[in-house]
Amino acid sequence: MQALIALVAGLLFGLGLLLSGMANPTKVVGFLDLAGNWDPSLALVMAGAIGAALPAFTIARKRSTAWAGCALALPSATQIDAPLVLGSLTFGVGWGLAGYCPGPALVSLGTGSAPAVVFVLAMIAGMAIHAWLTRPRA
Amino acid sequence: MTIAWDAFTPWSSLAGGVLIGLSAALLILGSGRVAGISGIVGGLLRPGGPDTTWRLAFLGGLLVAPLLWRLFAVLPEAQPVAGGGLLVVAGLLVGIGTRYGSGCTSGHGVCGLSRLSPRSLVATLAFMGAGFATVYVVRHLLGA
Repeated sequence: MQALIALVAGLLFGLGLLLSGMANPTKVVGFLDLAGNWDPSLALVMAGAIGAALPAFTIARKRSTAWAGCALALPSATQIDAPLVLGSLTFGVGWGLAGYCPGPALVSLGTGSAPAVVFVLAMIAGMAIHAWLTRPRA
Repeated sequence: MTIAWDAFTPWSSLAGGVLIGLSAALLILGSGRVAGISGIVGGLLRPGGPDTTWRLAFLGGLLVAPLLWRLFAVLPEAQPVAGGGLLVVAGLLVGIGTRYGSGCTSGHGVCGLSRLSPRSLVATLAFMGAGFATVYVVRHLLGA
């Protein structure tokens, strides 16, 4: 049940990204280009997404079990530390260079886009490097 | 700054955003998990990592969405802004950065801000700020 709901959620997420225009790197970089010809679309994507998700997370905070019967797991970390800030800055540089963040890159992979294939392979390599560097040591 | 009125798509972007938010709502209330794409992918890269099944199901849905879209309409246009080596560098930075930063546009930007997390607000300001600065340098200082 948990996986079935996740499949539907993934589909919705992908359709939302396509409809929003965010699977197009030119539109994303158009938003990040404040000093140029600025395309505010991404701000409306965020507004729509947060507007729809905020009530759900407000309810989720008061629950410990999900509809599927499994535990409802909200992030527990609260500290604002160097990995959070430096990691996010690093992500932002890569995002600005190619106009892809992880979600749109994966949806673009599904459209058969060749640049998305290259980007996603490099992204997974980056994540694997992190997993290796932070591996549990005996 | 000038506004690119010809490129601006307020209604479809708002509607697409609502779908993304509903997806995050469904995943947290239904499956009990946060819709953070970098965390979902990253969790699969740890040997013996938790929750493999729902992660694969969510990513499957994400990858199949364009195929479903194509049954009913023409896929929206997409113009890449980078090629070759730059794509590889960008992908590596996004992969490493989102994992050290514990999230990306979906996990921190959508879900984190929706649960009013100060940690996610700091992360979102950091990656947005770095994105603005990077595009400024590439387009206006280097003139690429």
